[in-house]
Amino acid sequence: MSVDRRKFLKIAGLASLGLALNPSDFILMSPAEASSGKSLPSSGERLGMTIDVRKFKNDADYQRIIDACHSIHNVPTLIPEKNDIKNEVKWIWTDTYGHTFPEQINEYHPQDIKSKKFPLLCNHCDHPPCVRVCPTKATFKSKNGIVSQDPHRCIGCRFCMAACPYGSRSFNWVDPRPYIAKRDPSFPTRTMGVVEKCTFCVERLAKGLQPACVEVSKGAMVFGNLADAHSKLRRVLSTHYTLRRKPAVGTMPSVFYVIGGQDYAG
Amino acid sequence: MLDKALKGSKRYWTLVVILLSFITAGFFAYLHQFENGLGVTGMSRDVSWGFYISQFTFLVGVAASAVMLVIPYYLHNYKAFSKIVILGEFLAVAAVSMCMLFIFVDMGQPMRILNVMLHPTLNSILFWDAMVLNGYLVLNLVIGWTTLHAEKKETAPPKWLKPLIYLSIPWAVSIHTVTAFLYAGLPGRHFWLTAIMAARFLASAFAAGPALLLVLALLLRKYTKFDPGKEPIQTIGKIVTYAMIANVFFILLEVFTAFYSNMPGHMHAFEYLFAGIDGKAKLVPLMWTSIILGVASLIMLIPPKFRANENILRIACIFVFFSLWIDKGFGLVIGGFVPNPFGTVTEYWPTLPESIITLGVWAVGFLVLTVLYKIVVSVREDLGTAKSEY
Amino acid sequence: MYNGGKIIAGLVIFFGLLTVPFFINAVKPTSGANPSIDTPVINSLDTKECVKPADYMRIEHMKVLDEWRDEVVRDGDRKTIHVGGKDFQKSLQNGCMECHSNKKQFCDECHKYAGVKPYCWSCHFVKEEGRI
Repeated sequence: MSVDRRKFLKIAGLASLGLALNPSDFILMSPAEASSGKSLPSSGERLGMTIDVRKFKNDADYQRIIDACHSIHNVPTLIPEKNDIKNEVKWIWTDTYGHTFPEQINEYHPQDIKSKKFPLLCNHCDHPPCVRVCPTKATFKSKNGIVSQDPHRCIGCRFCMAACPYGSRSFNWVDPRPYIAKRDPSFPTRTMGVVEKCTFCVERLAKGLQPACVEVSKGAMVFGNLADAHSKLRRVLSTHYTLRRKPAVGTMPSVFYVIGGQDYAG
Repeated sequence: MLDKALKGSKRYWTLVVILLSFITAGFFAYLHQFENGLGVTGMSRDVSWGFYISQFTFLVGVAASAVMLVIPYYLHNYKAFSKIVILGEFLAVAAVSMCMLFIFVDMGQPMRILNVMLHPTLNSILFWDAMVLNGYLVLNLVIGWTTLHAEKKETAPPKWLKPLIYLSIPWAVSIHTVTAFLYAGLPGRHFWLTAIMAARFLASAFAAGPALLLVLALLLRKYTKFDPGKEPIQTIGKIVTYAMIANVFFILLEVFTAFYSNMPGHMHAFEYLFAGIDGKAKLVPLMWTSIILGVASLIMLIPPKFRANENILRIACIFVFFSLWIDKGFGLVIGGFVPNPFGTVTEYWPTLPESIITLGVWAVGFLVLTVLYKIVVSVREDLGTAKSEY
Repeated sequence: MYNGGKIIAGLVIFFGLLTVPFFINAVKPTSGANPSIDTPVINSLDTKECVKPADYMRIEHMKVLDEWRDEVVRDGDRKTIHVGGKDFQKSLQNGCMECHSNKKQFCDECHKYAGVKPYCWSCHFVKEEGRI
């Protein structure tokens, strides 16, 4: 039975402590690669997303994607007015252009850009600092590019929160259950003392569905395989001008923002 | 030798009881935190490390500083440190114990602490930090205990101890270097992302640790028969002076790079810590206190005439300790989180339970220290060697 | 032996205190644990068959769950398990609890008897709880 196999693997894993290191964790980009953005793999799977903020017309458009995510993932709602904002948990939320791209704002930007809200979520980076620092592999990079979470293994050290350049991670400072209005019975809650974040809806992808936010975004968000040159995602990317958050930190996010201006020809 | 800790004066037991009462208070505050989560602290989504981790960082430095006594005594045969070197080793034991407790009380899921060993992750600096800290604790406990035991039997320490002592020297440097790497390798935190972090950590450690040791040695002289002697105190004073100068120099290097380059990310944390941003300035008074204490300590330390006066030296060392405690045990960690990744400011201040737990952990450290120092002093009082001839 | 009497008396008292829970439990009357499989879903099954024989599950269910967890969460291996003409998801909440929806009479019954508090339930829950 595979219970024994698992046990064997665990022992073997411990015994080969010196070999437990995944060399790819240490492979860094060459400077040329970083500047030319050539890191896109040509084969295999690397899931990614574009967010066309022009297609978000009003607050309801944003709220719909947030609700779609938070309701099915049992994300607690901690109310700012009650001063429990410091304990806030969020997987997807919005902020201004200046807060989303703090190094790329200038005072002459059109007012509609400056006041536009941008959906924020985990970037599922190619070189995720959170994965690099986690002492238990509770957060790890899946083959398809998703930065995954194993809350069972999380010790709550919050090193990943210090490491994430995007503020994408939330910690359960308190028991989240009293703050979940209606639990979705098909998904667990989290427990006090672990870190959580967006998972690109890995449980929905397994059923052949799109991430929940993409599904209700009315075409504003496109999800797909960055490694597939013929995917819809790559078509959007090759015909629009897009930005990634904080390119200087070398993380290579998989989430791209379609900012504004005309569609490129093609 | 542990029995020496069980027989003591009224003053000794009073100190033990006071420390135990702080530990008890800390324990109950921890139970409260264990039950209700880290939400009882002042930490938040934006400032996700606070008092605990900053105390940990500061105390790793205190622990590493034992090497400032070990190197002169064991590598340079500086005999004047013969009576005092064990105080450094036992201070390291107490400091590392506190470090581990601070890590423990900071964990969201403390019951899963063994996951760090069960799933060893070599690319995580935290894994390495756990390894080197445990190693350093064992090294200093073994070295200190064995030398004291030999001293008690009036024999030479066993031969196998020498390699361990030599090993403890690079090991001390490693614990603080690895601790600096926790911070200095994170791409999104400008305040921490600096190659000089480990060097700065070591400089501040070699100032704050010996400064604390000097004050402790003088306290021992006042209340016990133990006398560290005049020369060792002066030598430690010199070590503190040089290390403090190096530390201030390193900080000024950081300030130059941030402000001459005019890179916003590099300037923000300094602006927040020393001037406040958008009227949010909770740490400003503390940080300026640190600067003033630091400058005042240098004025007292640098002129040999001042330093030669033990009263001035003692005050200078107290200033150094508190200046660096604020700088590293508060500002360094919080400054790294402000502003947050969105460029906005969320402030942090420890809550009451958090402060009581912190005090409790310090009390555990001082209890360990009290017991170990008591044993040292009693052994030497019995031998009639409590007084240094230097 | 130096102070021998005191040491032996001390040891006797120490071990006495240490073993008190065993003596208390030895004399305490207990009815044992009787987990129930009386749920609508299980009753409607033609062949009442779990992913493994009951004897095996009674002893090893925690290991099975541990294994599933790693396969699903870490390896993304969500292949279902086909037993008795039915597909079971490798999931505590969406697999096990689909049939064993009576957590109190099934899970808690034994866990209470064995004095264990698995932390599964701090995240996972049964459907009824979710509707609150």
